Amino acid sequence: MSACAKRCKHGLVKFAVSVHKLVTGTLNKDKVDDDLEMTMVCHRPEGLDQLEAQTNFNKRELQVLYRGFKNECPSGVVNEDTFKQIYSQFFPHGDASTYAHYLFNAFDSGHSGSIKFEDFVTALSILLRGSTREKLQWTFNLYDINRDGYINKEEMTDIVRAIYDMMGKYTYPALKTDAPKQHVDAFFQKMDKNRDGVVTLDEFLLSCQEDENIMRSLQLFENVI
Amino acid sequence: MAAGVATWLPFARAAAVGWLPLAKKTMPKPPVDKKSRSDEILIVNVSGLRFQTWKNTLDRYPDTLLGSSEKEFFYNEDTQEYFFDRDPEMFRHILNFYRTGKLHYPRQECIQAFDEELAFYGIVPDIIGDCCMEEYRDRKKENQERLAEDTEAEMATDVPLPPNSTPRERLWRAFENPHTSTMALVFYYVTGFFIAVSVIANVVETVPCRPPKGSVKDLPCGEKYSVAFFCMDTACVLIFTFEYLMRLFAAPSRCKFMRSVMSVIDVVAIMPYYIGLVMPENEDVSGAFVTLRVFRVFRIFKFSRHSQGLRILGYTLKSCASELGFLLFSLTMAIIIFATVMFYAEKGTKGTNFTSIPASFWYTIVTMTTLGYGDMVPNTIAGKIFGSICSLSGVLVIALPVPVIVSNFSRIYHQNQRADKMRAQQKVRLARIRMAKKGTTNAFLQYKEDGGLQDHDSDSAALCLKNRSSFEHQHHHLLHCLEKTTNHEFTDELTYSEMCMTESVGYRTSRSTSLSSQQVVSSSCCPRRAKRRAIRLANSTVSVSRGSVQELDTLQVLKSSAVPQSRSSLNARTEDLKLNCEQRDYTAAIISIPTPPANTPDESLPPSPAVPGILRNSRSISSFTHETVKISSL
Repeated sequence: MSACAKRCKHGLVKFAVSVHKLVTGTLNKDKVDDDLEMTMVCHRPEGLDQLEAQTNFNKRELQVLYRGFKNECPSGVVNEDTFKQIYSQFFPHGDASTYAHYLFNAFDSGHSGSIKFEDFVTALSILLRGSTREKLQWTFNLYDINRDGYINKEEMTDIVRAIYDMMGKYTYPALKTDAPKQHVDAFFQKMDKNRDGVVTLDEFLLSCQEDENIMRSLQLFENVI
Repeated sequence: MAAGVATWLPFARAAAVGWLPLAKKTMPKPPVDKKSRSDEILIVNVSGLRFQTWKNTLDRYPDTLLGSSEKEFFYNEDTQEYFFDRDPEMFRHILNFYRTGKLHYPRQECIQAFDEELAFYGIVPDIIGDCCMEEYRDRKKENQERLAEDTEAEMATDVPLPPNSTPRERLWRAFENPHTSTMALVFYYVTGFFIAVSVIANVVETVPCRPPKGSVKDLPCGEKYSVAFFCMDTACVLIFTFEYLMRLFAAPSRCKFMRSVMSVIDVVAIMPYYIGLVMPENEDVSGAFVTLRVFRVFRIFKFSRHSQGLRILGYTLKSCASELGFLLFSLTMAIIIFATVMFYAEKGTKGTNFTSIPASFWYTIVTMTTLGYGDMVPNTIAGKIFGSICSLSGVLVIALPVPVIVSNFSRIYHQNQRADKMRAQQKVRLARIRMAKKGTTNAFLQYKEDGGLQDHDSDSAALCLKNRSSFEHQHHHLLHCLEKTTNHEFTDELTYSEMCMTESVGYRTSRSTSLSSQQVVSSSCCPRRAKRRAIRLANSTVSVSRGSVQELDTLQVLKSSAVPQSRSSLNARTEDLKLNCEQRDYTAAIISIPTPPANTPDESLPPSPAVPGILRNSRSISSFTHETVKISSL
């Protein structure tokens, strides 16, 4: 009976829509061309020498990096949507947009809403060629979403959930809904030394330096470029 | 992968440092790229024209000829360049694709030549940029249609009926294409003739004939020669009925046929006759009977089977229906407004024709279409003023949209065609993109299966792994890091849904619960090993039928090697992985525990020597041949 009622309702809706179309006509107004965002901002990075001095890359590496960057973004800046799109392509299984958002904020150190080549290269320099302390500090900044110097459980849960979103639906073993929460609890168990519910930079650095796995993994990412 | 993503991969990998504090286990070692990392300029010589580009540029699209190792086949050691014996003009566009990420279609080139070049260089035409896509599609469609027309014209001359077609199929073909056989053509013309005869008879029988002797009143011919007309009508209806029944019998899908417009017209054309036969000849119903005779005029629509033009007209009317409907609606509005005004303006006049608003509708319509019959005229001054306004506005309301409708016809017609085309193409494009995406996800799973994720030094790496590009290695390493961070693994939809099914059945027996707990423990450390064993078992040509508990599940085994392996090979060592890797064409192995207590096939249990576990590893690889040999029990 409900299927019949559903069909009737569907038919009525269709009829109403067609009558509506009849009355209003199918006139498609010419969309006013939203002036293309005249943000044809062309940002040029600082000179090669300066960047070489500021980062841990040599000239050749900077050249390769810039050529790739310039080819992708001729205007010299990456905005958040483009960034999300690019990052999502590496994780076709799931939804990488939330994590990409956090990552974007971490990269965009100047909070300008777009990543320039200098931001890009500075962050890469820290992540690939920086000292352990610098790397961990960068990670801390990533987790600390509101930049108040503390990581609380909500921020951590957001980050972890974003990471789990990237896994997508089809995982082995199947993702349980409280998996992120458990992960966060384990994390806080390890990191929060004084059990005050937040993790400060020092606690974070200390806990990470005590953990062998993390230290070992940090070394692995040195030769990415 | 899409444009230029290779540039961003190092960046994404660097960002993986952010996962490190969360990961419970160590990250896997990244792949070592032994090739020189420094960028170099490659020379590509296409029929004498030398192009130079960075190696990185070409590496952006690893699944094309120039981006993969396939170009090594064209490397000329003596001149240290890549030589292609192809069109240099076209190559410019191909190379620009690598540089800019957008493929453009050069309008002056032949579409087929362009397609061939794209096929040679391994570039899928779907990535043509939006700026050139429409032009490309149109040209391609044109070309295909022209080719199709040519082949059709060729085919139409010879009449090869498929040799083993049933009489029913032959009949249907005769009806649809009367040109195929003389009999069909004869029948076609005979029906056409009878339609014309029937229509003319309908018309003529109302013409007044000379009255028979002894009567003054003029009689319509239909009543004077009623017997003759009745016979003619009967003959026509018999022919039409016969034709309809034949079509119904021959139609491949009777339901679809009965719902088609032409069949409805056929039915409506012959129904009045039969109803007339059935109905008694009394005065009360004869009025209704007369009305039914009106439907005989529908026989003229049967001509649309014979005339292409009528069909086109019908189609265009249908496609413009909404525009026409809207105009009709606005006309109705105007009519109501003016009719009301005229009614109230003429209300005072004595003996006026404008007796009610609906009565005024007739006046308004006649005036607005500038017909002006004169059967209703306003008498009051106000009525005359409003009448003139009505006729003036009628000119505007009716005359203006007519050319608009006419031009709308052609515009809407073409637009609809193009919109439908694009929608269909969009769906296909999206489907292809989705498939390519799935290909990417499957690539990682395939990579895992090949053992790409285990730590090994380059010497013992299987050959197939070596052939993967460094980009793929690095991308897979990144995905592996994510797996380690979250402590879950990527699988595909099939495995996941099967897992959900088996999980929902539940673990009933104690044995299975113990096994399940074992499974939880083992899942973190042994699934890969378990899968590898599954692969090795899959090399044997056994298959099992899924279904009952006692029997074993079906194994889709691709006959990769003729080496039959026994159960003992379950414990074979990991060196055998190399062997398996080279025979890349096998898929899932699902074996359930043959022992009674396990009601549900648990999965991915580590195979202990005593109990062969259920190993699941389902990956589907595109084209493969498989043999399944059924056995009842292992």
